[in-house]
Amino acid sequence: MKVLLEAKSVSKHFGGLKAVDKVDMVINEGDIFGIIGPNGAGKTTFFNLCSGVFPVTGGEIFFNEENITNLRPDIIAKKGMARTFQNIKLFNYMSVLENIKIGFHIHSKTRMWDSILHTSVYKRDEKLAEEKGLEIIERVGLKDYKDTLAGNLAYGMQRRVEIARALALDPKILLLDEPAAGMNPNETMALMEFIKKLNQEGYTIAVIEHDMKFVMNTCNRILVLNFGKKICEGDSECVKANKEVNEAYFGKGIMVQGGTM
Amino acid sequence: MNEIIIRLKRFYENHKIITILIGSILLLLMPVIFPKSYIMGIICRILLYMILAGGLNVINGYSSQFCIGYAGFFCIGAYTEAILAVKLKINFWLLLPVAGIFTAVAGLLLCLPTLKLKGKYLALVTLGFSEIVRLVALNWSSLTGGPMGLKGIPVPRIFGIQFKSSLSYYYIFLLLVVVFLFVTRRVINSRIGRAWMSIREDEQAARSLGVDTYKYKALNFMYGAFWAGIAGAAYAPYTRYIDSTFFTLDEGFNILSMVIIGGMGTLVGPMAGSVVVNFLTELLRPISEYRMVAYAILIIAMMWLRPQGLFGASNSILAGRKINKKIRKAKKEVAA
Repeated sequence: MKVLLEAKSVSKHFGGLKAVDKVDMVINEGDIFGIIGPNGAGKTTFFNLCSGVFPVTGGEIFFNEENITNLRPDIIAKKGMARTFQNIKLFNYMSVLENIKIGFHIHSKTRMWDSILHTSVYKRDEKLAEEKGLEIIERVGLKDYKDTLAGNLAYGMQRRVEIARALALDPKILLLDEPAAGMNPNETMALMEFIKKLNQEGYTIAVIEHDMKFVMNTCNRILVLNFGKKICEGDSECVKANKEVNEAYFGKGIMVQGGTM
Repeated sequence: MNEIIIRLKRFYENHKIITILIGSILLLLMPVIFPKSYIMGIICRILLYMILAGGLNVINGYSSQFCIGYAGFFCIGAYTEAILAVKLKINFWLLLPVAGIFTAVAGLLLCLPTLKLKGKYLALVTLGFSEIVRLVALNWSSLTGGPMGLKGIPVPRIFGIQFKSSLSYYYIFLLLVVVFLFVTRRVINSRIGRAWMSIREDEQAARSLGVDTYKYKALNFMYGAFWAGIAGAAYAPYTRYIDSTFFTLDEGFNILSMVIIGGMGTLVGPMAGSVVVNFLTELLRPISEYRMVAYAILIIAMMWLRPQGLFGASNSILAGRKINKKIRKAKKEVAA
């Protein structure tokens, strides 16, 4: 299996706070990789480091065997990494289709004079954005809402638009930051199926999530962070059995003889 | 007021071809309808400010970089044209794009160090820039004529026609406004325009989608500055005399008020803003200095009644809750 995204001893310190402290991670091609941990464990910060939002304090990040440490987010995006945000960041005053068209930005080459003169480059780009945009919208089931302003959609739908927009980049890896937050159980189930389907289509997915049912059922490998440190990495069984993970989530219980809490 | 504007828009959409046809005939025959040069002078000013307000709107409305020192670009364009025309006797039609490009380069120089600034910080920098440009124009006597200004700027001519009075110069301004609208509309509806708007909506998200926000912000500034340069270059031979007092900060605020009153982030808005503000300027001429008070009251009233501006869309970022609620209510009533 090919390693797609690798973090080597990555740290991020905000002053004295070690938000992410020497975390190693390996995501293979074809994984659904889960990152979990209590609130404030540094999961989102870790994502931000991978996608270039912040510079790292220490360590290196490799994507597709290429060092991407401290590159700008737009350059990393061009290399094939797409992400969504914990607090949805849609272009609220643009329609759903327009939102997705921006996802095609890196696949189009229209320059100023192309757009003024409507050259063949412009026509091809617009056609591509329009057709593929509609295709993606249909895939995420938002066909009826293509002309609605993104800000006017319901919460669950906004999440879907955000994922659709990221898919428009045609990324090698998709980083999803709490995609199920604020969703009801039915919506979460649908999302789970959707993510599995995407994975079958060949996307590698990394996902931060609090919903344990979601993580345990979809992810084949899981990384657990606590106070910025990696405490466990492995499949769901291994994580469930891990003592440190249990302590991080449930606290240090009084140990009864025999070792169970 | 909202009702009237919605009706106007609906009327336009229903009778598009007829409205455009009648509108263009009226525009072409304007000097015949108003043969008085006083009235044509006002109309010329309206057209001039349409380009300026439109250009500023590309910066403020489409990529949400807040520029209030737009008069600085206007000044650079006007002086470029005037100096090259007076001292080197270069043809006006050649100088028009030259002044535009020169101003765009000035815009690039201004925005390179300020790309990371946002909102009021950027606004302050542009404010300072505008004043610096004006002071340079005032003090660099050997080049700009200093406080004496530049006199005897040659009028443009083509096929033996001299554009001497406002009656004939009207057509130059009209042509420029049409070109501006045509070009800007196409740019806005392309990948570039979408990139600008994505920066306006959420810069971080735009970057995560691979939009090189620095590049597009710089491009946006250059595009806005370009049209200020064009407007300046057209303005200098129109008045045939320029000095630095034309390009004060007040001028910048004047242009900004047109954009705000007309509606940011729409193409029609600044055009309407230019008409309204220039008409008001003429109407309020008898009270001279107090007309600034009238503007201020108008802007406050606009912010209260129609925050998105006259022709701003009800779904614009500026529209605010108040209007949105009303629209939603109306929609529900229609649905019910």
